[in-house]
Amino acid sequence: MSLAECRSAGALEVKFVPDEDVLRHIADDAGVKVQKGKSQLIVNTKRFVKKLEAISDDEAQEILEEKNYVAVLGLCGEESMTNGSSVGGGEVYTFQTPKRSNKMAELASELAQTPGQSVVPDPSECPEKTARTPQSSKRSSSNQVQQKTKKNEFVSTTPYRLRRRLAAPDAQLESESEYSASCSEEEEVEEAQKEVSTVLSHQKTPAKTKAVSTPPSRKTLTKKKDNMNNLVEEYFEAHSSSKVLTSDRTLQKLRRKRLNQQTLHDLLQKSPLAYAAEIKELNQQYESLFSKWMLQLHLGFNIVLYGLGSKHDLLEKFRTSMLQDSVHLVVNGYFPSITVKSVLNSITEEVLDHIGTFRSPLDQLEFIMKRFKEVWDQAKQSLYNWLWYETTTFSPYVEETSYENSLLVQQSGSLALSSLTHVLHSLTPNARGIFRLLAQYQLENKDNASYPGLSFQDFYQQCREAFLVNSDLTLRAQLTEFRDHKLIRTKRGADGVEYLLIPVDDSTLTDFLEKEDEDV
Amino acid sequence: MSTRSLSKGCFVFKPSPKRRKVSRTTADYFREGNSDLEDSELRFATCQSLQKQVKSETEQIEEELNEQLFDNLVSFLRRSHSAFQEKTTEWTWRTKSREIPTAALVLGVNVTDHDFTFRSLSEVLQNNVTPYIALLEAKDCPGIKNLMQKLLGQLMNCCIDVGSSEEEDYEQVSHTRVRCSMTSLINWYESATKRTDSETPGKKRTSSRHWQSPPVVVIFKDMESFTTKVLQDFVVISSQHIGEFPLVLIFGIATSPMIIHSLLPHSVSSLLCIELFQSLSCKDHLSTIIDKVLLTTQFPLKLSEKVLQVLINIFLYHDFSVQNFIKGFQLCIVEHFHSNPLSILCCQLEEAKRRVNSLSHNQCENVRRLPSFRRYVESQVSEKQIALLTADSSLKEAVRKLLEDLNVYHENYFPILRCLHVFTSSLPKYPLGKQIRELHCACLENRVWETEEYESSLQLARMLNKSDLVTMLQKCVEILVSSPGREFDEIVERLKEFLTQFQKLEETYQERDESVSPQKELQKKTNLYNLQKTLLELKESRRSKKLTKFEMLRFEVVDYIDSLVRRYLVPADHKTLHEIVYFNTASVLREHLNAAPRIALHTALNNPYSYLKSEALKSDGGSISNKAPDICIAYKLHLECGRLINLVDWLEAFSTVVTAAEGPTADVASSDQVDDVIHARFIRAVSELELLGFIKPSKQKTDHVARLTWGGC
Repeated sequence: MSLAECRSAGALEVKFVPDEDVLRHIADDAGVKVQKGKSQLIVNTKRFVKKLEAISDDEAQEILEEKNYVAVLGLCGEESMTNGSSVGGGEVYTFQTPKRSNKMAELASELAQTPGQSVVPDPSECPEKTARTPQSSKRSSSNQVQQKTKKNEFVSTTPYRLRRRLAAPDAQLESESEYSASCSEEEEVEEAQKEVSTVLSHQKTPAKTKAVSTPPSRKTLTKKKDNMNNLVEEYFEAHSSSKVLTSDRTLQKLRRKRLNQQTLHDLLQKSPLAYAAEIKELNQQYESLFSKWMLQLHLGFNIVLYGLGSKHDLLEKFRTSMLQDSVHLVVNGYFPSITVKSVLNSITEEVLDHIGTFRSPLDQLEFIMKRFKEVWDQAKQSLYNWLWYETTTFSPYVEETSYENSLLVQQSGSLALSSLTHVLHSLTPNARGIFRLLAQYQLENKDNASYPGLSFQDFYQQCREAFLVNSDLTLRAQLTEFRDHKLIRTKRGADGVEYLLIPVDDSTLTDFLEKEDEDV
Repeated sequence: MSTRSLSKGCFVFKPSPKRRKVSRTTADYFREGNSDLEDSELRFATCQSLQKQVKSETEQIEEELNEQLFDNLVSFLRRSHSAFQEKTTEWTWRTKSREIPTAALVLGVNVTDHDFTFRSLSEVLQNNVTPYIALLEAKDCPGIKNLMQKLLGQLMNCCIDVGSSEEEDYEQVSHTRVRCSMTSLINWYESATKRTDSETPGKKRTSSRHWQSPPVVVIFKDMESFTTKVLQDFVVISSQHIGEFPLVLIFGIATSPMIIHSLLPHSVSSLLCIELFQSLSCKDHLSTIIDKVLLTTQFPLKLSEKVLQVLINIFLYHDFSVQNFIKGFQLCIVEHFHSNPLSILCCQLEEAKRRVNSLSHNQCENVRRLPSFRRYVESQVSEKQIALLTADSSLKEAVRKLLEDLNVYHENYFPILRCLHVFTSSLPKYPLGKQIRELHCACLENRVWETEEYESSLQLARMLNKSDLVTMLQKCVEILVSSPGREFDEIVERLKEFLTQFQKLEETYQERDESVSPQKELQKKTNLYNLQKTLLELKESRRSKKLTKFEMLRFEVVDYIDSLVRRYLVPADHKTLHEIVYFNTASVLREHLNAAPRIALHTALNNPYSYLKSEALKSDGGSISNKAPDICIAYKLHLECGRLINLVDWLEAFSTVVTAAEGPTADVASSDQVDDVIHARFIRAVSELELLGFIKPSKQKTDHVARLTWGGC
């Protein structure tokens, strides 16, 4: 009979009914209500367990679905020519593992030694090349550190992290000062930290002295890489301190001088572009798509090109071969001072021959839309109907990077010097003298890394002594003029005193003074 | 004229008037990308007509879907408006409390679709309710002044639509000159309504279309993006004047109606008399679109499982946008017709049969090259094989027949799929998916009856209760009767037979229930021995019990459904000539719609061989060859660094690698020269990495750069 009951209620509700419950039910006893409640409880728990199972099943399902998703998204077009998408996201978006400072050099020598497929490097060449890597110098410095650690060994037993935390505020302060340079203080902090870490690593693994700069706490962390929490911790650890585990060498110490834009260009022109044939082939592949692009543009889609390498030449070719018969606009996004306004202006002024100004870009946009009514409506409807095309060209970004204020190119060098002399020549001899004084003083202090600049009072004193000014008001007026020409910078020190600095690097300043002397 | 300049970033090019005008049409570009020239024109025409069809069909579907919502909105407007017109007590009460009637329109997160909805909404209102509609967007209204400007501008322009054209100049001038305030808005409204009122004898048509003294509807398209201040000011100001002209607000909301209360303080929101309207969820919307566009025989082009999966995944995981889904489908159409020369046969059956006749020899060869056709040929007897492979005429004959088969297959497939969905969608935990699209994908992927999910759903179906089973069967009958398939009469007959059997079963059950009452035996008192005995008997009987009639019938029904599935739901790629109507290059679609630029960059930098097919770049495992392009080497080296990178170390490591790669050819004498070149190359590589955003200059330490990306090791 319980069977029938079950069926009528839908076959799925299978209840677990314990034997004793059946007994009670059949016996039809009046005084069992309490007992019954208890048994009900049991049933409930059973159901609960079932539910849990169901939930975990659901989760499994979800995971499965996710897998499907990844599989579908990861299904790579092997037949298509680009297989850039074959890499899963996980490979790209992992957190960084902390690296030893000299790892780069190691990799470099490793790469240098891996025999090329075609040319086997001369074995006699190799040692010499590897000797050039900073490893040797590193080794010696680490030896020094090691000696130090021997002294320190018995001193420190505080956990590394705690002490690092104690050291952190100093470092923080240091990093906040806008002007950095390798300040001696920072180096000290760094040094201290190195020592500390060495102590620990020394205590733990006496044999492994090579891994001096790797904090052991991190090493253990990296082992449990799977754990998300640790990854997060790792990330913040990498970013929390301003500790820098890099060597302190600077470009200035290198014998090589900075290149300017022109010589850089010439040098690069001389060296042939690697894999020119392959790059050309790639470009030809993309060029064969031109008519398809045109088709899709006509059908209301828009096209985005992505991938490594400059697309300037490719687009230029597209433009000249396909767009000659239509009005088109080229906007160089890498152009430093490009604005919405300039883009819209060139549309209204040059394309539509409209003379006049607009109150706001939105008004301007409305105007344009009115003029292009029939063209725009469709485009508006499809908003941006982007189609993505991968065009990895490996072409160098010659044009694009030329606007960047590059790190290594001495872009401002010659320009700064010439503008400096130019501006100063238009000033009075007295003003020139004032500037000279400041420049000389700055050069005298060039080895002092913590040189804050010349304080106003001292400067006034010096100027008076040289009969250049007669009151601090005239000096102030002169300084304002300098500041307007961006020749000097003023900085208020911690004690409220005003310090004056020339924001030009020392070599330029020396050149300038030499030239001035010649002129005089 | 070059686009390289130090002083300009924008360049305009106009076609020179001297040049002969040879403007190429879209069809020309379609042809140019193709190797087969012959049929491209016809193909393009077919493609365009199909695109148009799909467009109009989807638009119609959307209109139908929105109809309910719009009807509700219109009746809301009518209600709030009639109160104004008749100056009822409710209205006076409302004016006293200064409440503005407001419709909160919850549209869901698929923001990209909202534009379409609002456009059709304003169209509907314009046609039936009022000419005075203003659509406001947050980006146009950074301040209350801009909002009023925009509002007045839009309202006065729509007034022109009603008024005659000679007034246009006057209106244009006034628009710019009139001070944008509420008072001027009211003045304008009074004059506008008065004018139409006075003109009514002459223009009966316009007034009949709109209501008497039509309300002013202000639509805030994206309520969430408006700044609180602007909204507050507007609501407060307009509530002061609500007695003077009938204003109605419509808020477009993407998240939840709670946002009104979090955006507006109580004192302001109490000035609104809000009624909530909910649009259809985007998922239902998509289901309808799929149901009406993809799961019909109406459109000749079909999507393969993977393509559909990509489109659905983009929808579910990226944007929830139905518009984008349709766009993706449109792209499929273009791609299919562009890439497949045989797509010329992808049209309605009659037309396709006609086109088969005029196929060229080349096209016949194309048909012979199709893998599915080759399988078909292999299954034929040898004489037939020779005929198919050599004679175009017999090939054409076969193609005609096969196309017809394919058509019949589709005609049967969709109704049976729907029937199966009726069953699977009511099973617990939905082993074959809740939505019909999931079932469709499963059926397209491989033989669905061989999957575990199918097996388990059949088992579950064997446990269905009677009433459910009967309703399902009835639904199936409905589906099959309404579908045009030719073979369904027999199936319908069979299903109806099942239904009558169930009916009979019920009658016999009732009779038996009256005769036997097993409960009665339990009423007697039993001792333990007796109980044990009865329980044992019960157990025994349960084991050996024969299936009841109902159970037998249930098994029969499920088996019958199973047989239908096996017969009609064969995966499409088992069908000959499926390549003609199925678009199946999912990779192309994914590449164009859901590209992964960072991964492309990553691959190019880590494994340049995948792009530059040069033997020198071939490397095994994760390492790269030292002959890789400069930027790859610099990138690889920078991965080894922490947060900051010392440029000097980097430069030295770089030159070590590069000189080693160049090998012993670099002689010692010119080493200084080489160094300069390497230095320059390094500078280029580093500035390229900076342009790509991998590093940036850092002031923390001299000659250091900061790393900006994480991972990729």
